[in-house]
Amino acid sequence: MALLTVEGLNMSFGGLRAVKDVSFTVAEGSIKALIGPNGAGKTTLFNLISGYLKPKSGVIVFDGREIQGMPPHQIASFGIARTFQHIRLFPGMTVLENVMVGLHTHTRSGFISGMLRLPASRREERFIREQAMEVLEMIGIEELANKEATSLAYGQQRIVELARALAQKPKLLLLDEPAAGLNIRETAAIGRFIEQIRDQGITVFIVEHDMSLVMEISDEVMVLSYGEKIAEDKPLAIQKNEEVIKVYLGEEEDVEN
Amino acid sequence: MRKGYLQIGILCLVLVLIDLVSASFGKTYYLTQLTMSLYYSLVVLGLVLLMGYAGQISLGHAGFFAIGGYTTAVLSTYNLMKYKDAAVVKMFSKAGLLNLREDLYGAEILSFHPWVGIVLSLAIAAAVAYIIGIPVLKLKGHYLAMATLGFGIIVYRIVLGTPLFGEADGVSDVPPFNILPGLSISGEMDERRINYYIASFFVVVMVYILINLINSRVGRALKAIHGAEDAAESAGVDTANYKLKVFILSAIVAALAGAFLTHFNGGIGPSEASVMKSVRYVAIVAAGGMASVWGGLTMAMLLNFLSLRGYFGSYDDAVFGAVLIVIMLFAPEGILRINPLKILRMSIKKS
Repeated sequence: MALLTVEGLNMSFGGLRAVKDVSFTVAEGSIKALIGPNGAGKTTLFNLISGYLKPKSGVIVFDGREIQGMPPHQIASFGIARTFQHIRLFPGMTVLENVMVGLHTHTRSGFISGMLRLPASRREERFIREQAMEVLEMIGIEELANKEATSLAYGQQRIVELARALAQKPKLLLLDEPAAGLNIRETAAIGRFIEQIRDQGITVFIVEHDMSLVMEISDEVMVLSYGEKIAEDKPLAIQKNEEVIKVYLGEEEDVEN
Repeated sequence: MRKGYLQIGILCLVLVLIDLVSASFGKTYYLTQLTMSLYYSLVVLGLVLLMGYAGQISLGHAGFFAIGGYTTAVLSTYNLMKYKDAAVVKMFSKAGLLNLREDLYGAEILSFHPWVGIVLSLAIAAAVAYIIGIPVLKLKGHYLAMATLGFGIIVYRIVLGTPLFGEADGVSDVPPFNILPGLSISGEMDERRINYYIASFFVVVMVYILINLINSRVGRALKAIHGAEDAAESAGVDTANYKLKVFILSAIVAALAGAFLTHFNGGIGPSEASVMKSVRYVAIVAAGGMASVWGGLTMAMLLNFLSLRGYFGSYDDAVFGAVLIVIMLFAPEGILRINPLKILRMSIKKS
């Protein structure tokens, strides 16, 4: 069953066609990786799915609902969470508070009940805190709960961002280069972690440059080049795909030029 | 949270202490300026939420203050006597919205009850904030500052150029506002003390509301918008909606302060709508450390009191301009967060 279906997606910035007629599906409960050289349109594709960009044409169906062109917060409420290529944590807030924001879509108390601290709002506040703490414990960073998030080491900040996304209890998790800037050990740890996330039933769609990570954890790999899909297959087959090798290593003429 | 409530307790004590100290030194007339400072503090507290927590600057909040003040001033002073037989006026009268009183010379004045003025003040401020907020809050940083500044200038020029608002003279002879039987916001000498406590009550309530809100789901969302708007959006926060709501909330608070202060002062003039007043509010919020309820409140009380007592002389506006510059340069975290030890250590290191 496809959780996410993208059909004929197009996007351009001025004259540049960043995404050209891309179609694919992401199967429920799988890890799908999106790879491609710099400027291939990977992040653009993520931004289209999560609502930061409106596609020029094409259809994005998530969980049986057309979502293209909807604002990001609404798409988030349907069950798509994401992390960013450049870590986006909330400064001046603790790790726990950062993760608590992740529970926004699962709670509802508004300005009035917040201002007056009505019983419903207090109950909800307790719920948010417990749930966020649970996520931290699950990831094993509960001892960081009261540290200011942006003061942490880079690798830890990535984990916190991931924790915030998981607190959203998403059906689909979009990870934009989760291993960027991490060392080998941290990368291996995050790989295992992504597999655990999948095993919990969360579908993962990941952009990543670290090929060994991609090949190890993905159920399926899709390759973009200049905005076009050039391959989509199992990891082993992708490694042998000539078109992909050409894109990554260049053709002989290219080298001479 | 507990800490916050404890601090509110301390605030109440301090407010009572200020009254007792000024009484024991025979300076009860200070209470007049203190009461005014308390009302100005309401505006600042609203801005602390808007600027400090949600990260949206406004250089037009004197405009909302003026909308509140002028609405209630005009409604409670405009004499409907000559229309008293008109059907509409009779209807208002039957609904209990009108108030009949005599002016200094014994002439009868039939005007709207201040309650009507206050309610309409808030409604108009909210409506205006809604209408300008939708387009303006799409802007960020300097652009938002410029747009709200433009709004402030428009309100100022309207007030200054409209006969109904008394042009350069403003509106005077605004009657006291009877909140409860025996309790009214007025500038009468013998009601000075009770008025100080009425204003204190509003400030304490405002602080209570703010502290609750800041520590709630909405407060976290606002801080998230301030810190990383795109990430807040992807966590499901409807950022446009929240920014608009917090803008309206702060506008309502400013209008409420404007309306109350107008009844307390018995009038309002165009200087309340001037751009320099908006700059003053922003300077105070900055001096208080932006995202600091207590810093903002302390600075609002201190600087407004000094200003109203005339300590800054004719350089009043210049002082607030200078405060803004100095804060931005030397203490972007606010005056109260300056750490003398740290500065000492740094200067030792340098030398």
